[in-house]
Amino acid sequence: MTVMQPSPSSTRPRLTALRDRVLRLAELATTPLLPQDYLDMVDPLRSGAALRGRIEAVHRETRDAATVVIRPGRDWQPHVPGQYVRIGIDVDGVRQWRAYSITSVLGRADGCFTITVKAIPDGKVSNQLVHRTEPGTIVQLDQATGEFVLPRRTPDKALFVTAGSGITPVMGILRNLADDVATDVVLVHSAPTADDVIFGAELRELAATGRIRLVEQHTDTDGMLDAASIAALVPDLAERATWACGPLPMLEALEQYWADAGVADQLYTERFRPAIVAGDGEGGTVTFTENGTTLEADGSTPILDAAEDAGVLMPSGCRMGICFGCVLPLREGAVRDLRTGEVTTAVPGDGVLVQTCVSAAAGACAIDH
Amino acid sequence: MTVIQKKSDNPIDHLSAEDVELLGKQLDAIRQSVLDDRGESDARYIRTVIDVHRKLELGSRAVLLASGFPPAWVLGTIGLSVAKILENMEIGHNILHGQWDWMRDPKIHSTTWEWDMASPAAQWKHSHNQLHHTYTNVIGKDNDLGYGIMRVDEDQKWVPAYLLQPVWSFINACFFEYGIAAYDLELGKVIAKGQTKDPEFRRRAKEVLRKIGRQVRKDYVVHPLLSGPNFVPTLAANFVANVVRNLWSNSVILCGHFPEGVETFEKRSIDGETKGEWYVRQMLGSANISGSKAMHLMTGNLSHQIEHHLFPDLPSNRYAEIAPKVKALFEEYGLNYHEAPLPQQVYSAWHKIFRLSLPNGWLDNTTPKNLPSQLVKLWKMSTGSKTTRRQLLQAEAA
Repeated sequence: MTVMQPSPSSTRPRLTALRDRVLRLAELATTPLLPQDYLDMVDPLRSGAALRGRIEAVHRETRDAATVVIRPGRDWQPHVPGQYVRIGIDVDGVRQWRAYSITSVLGRADGCFTITVKAIPDGKVSNQLVHRTEPGTIVQLDQATGEFVLPRRTPDKALFVTAGSGITPVMGILRNLADDVATDVVLVHSAPTADDVIFGAELRELAATGRIRLVEQHTDTDGMLDAASIAALVPDLAERATWACGPLPMLEALEQYWADAGVADQLYTERFRPAIVAGDGEGGTVTFTENGTTLEADGSTPILDAAEDAGVLMPSGCRMGICFGCVLPLREGAVRDLRTGEVTTAVPGDGVLVQTCVSAAAGACAIDH
Repeated sequence: MTVIQKKSDNPIDHLSAEDVELLGKQLDAIRQSVLDDRGESDARYIRTVIDVHRKLELGSRAVLLASGFPPAWVLGTIGLSVAKILENMEIGHNILHGQWDWMRDPKIHSTTWEWDMASPAAQWKHSHNQLHHTYTNVIGKDNDLGYGIMRVDEDQKWVPAYLLQPVWSFINACFFEYGIAAYDLELGKVIAKGQTKDPEFRRRAKEVLRKIGRQVRKDYVVHPLLSGPNFVPTLAANFVANVVRNLWSNSVILCGHFPEGVETFEKRSIDGETKGEWYVRQMLGSANISGSKAMHLMTGNLSHQIEHHLFPDLPSNRYAEIAPKVKALFEEYGLNYHEAPLPQQVYSAWHKIFRLSLPNGWLDNTTPKNLPSQLVKLWKMSTGSKTTRRQLLQAEAA
């Protein structure tokens, strides 16, 4: 007798459909709650639940950075090295969402992934994750996303320019570079001191075995690296595909230099925080037409933050103006893009979509939400 | 009782406009002190209550599967009643007030929460949060005063139909959730004005019926069916639990604004009302229930009705902690902090329902001795011509 092994791809949807039907039936007995509300009490990481993760461990990397090991829910899809994940964690009872690069190797035996977080001064979430998070904490997750990844065909020569926690997506990439890929890798990394280099030991080990060429710049003693000195350190820069991640001024300087050299298309950058133009905007009254909230927002606070502070549940995403997860229709009024200073206006009927995470009120405005 | 503005001994006459504004600032400071350290332990509190409720409800319903066995019926019914009370009072009411919106947890948020109650959350939020909390105890504005079916004030004209007020009130208490749903729909007004064909009303009515359908199906069909041979006892258990919850929440709500001595206000008096004046109205228009921690929990902390009305959006677990500070302000400004144990407040509220169901002065003028003659008079008032009634009423009130 031949046993037909059903392929997972055909059973999975059928099982999911069956599960959904059972849950709908169970809802007759649980209304107004959902059966899922009860299942969440038992297994918050189960398949079919809102995507969550459990923090399994926190390993110290430097005095202000730590790697957080997260066991994702069963619907987690493997990431592409270099991508980030958005994490929602309760800090002082308030859910805060932040994006962090994934630093682990793909397919870990324990099914977990890791992020590496550097505590920034006054950073609510980063300080919580680095200094105060207990294993067992449940966090909310989104699927990994981001464009800061190697192309399908790995380039022959690559340059990574990183500073501070900018090393994290690059470490995610380096750890996953297959041993048989002979890419010539140069990594130029800046940190205040040798001890502040996140993954310092591992990077130096990679350099010692000849896997990468590592240039460490300790800025406390050696000062900052500018684009020109990087070019001097890496003479074949124009032949390399370059990935850069770090503070905004560094990225802007690199973009300028690469553009001037006519190789702008070989530079990929990852921003951690939105590039906000100091607002001279006047702010104004923001009205949310559907939930009825009205609030006063100043001209330099993103509408997303102002609304959340007023208790409005807002759609949100990367909080740096790239993922468009926070977009809402501007019914009327004016908002200012905090990155460019550009003002967008709308009259009823326009329904212009605005990114609330990088837009501030520029006068009274009404948003459909 | 009569509106505060018409009282000969108006209890706020001694307050100057400056006093009222200063009082407002002091109350603002109390509110701010809670906002400043609202945090993780508060979040843990509401999540724990929700967790306990879910376990209790599920456990009680499981026990009721064996409801043919009397001890299981008793245990399950008690558990389910307590669970339903927790769900409506400490959880539903307070979440729908937005007390927990600051946590930014979409699962525990006033805009996403739905509760075990005939009235859909969205409709209740409008009539309760916007109307009742804004116009608290303003005659003609706050429909919570008597829910539009009762005589709640001496100034309201007495008609014989009010004699049935205690009966109506008791039936309303037993099926309180449906009363609330009808009230949130403004059913009485819509019918009186012949607006039942209004599409907006129809849409909302359909919503209510759908909600009631789901609730009834769960309590009176699905759960009994799951109990198999114990269909009838489980159905009875659900009915009892709903009535217990309704009677309880009705009592708590009566205690909040209805006991003797709680003030009501004239419509005109709130024109141009300042924040300080609004605070004063909330202070005098609400009454507290004194009691144990368990009592506070089971009333959804509406035992701190005064604190709740001053700060409707502060997390309920904080009312107990600010109550002494609020009480001290009452003393400082010579105001009456209305607080008594539950039985006393319930008695007081029902006494008022009885008193106002009768013509003004009738209950006070009646002694065991003159009862027969008083009853004859009441009979004449109820059945006599309009002129006779007017004369008799005037004589009685004099």
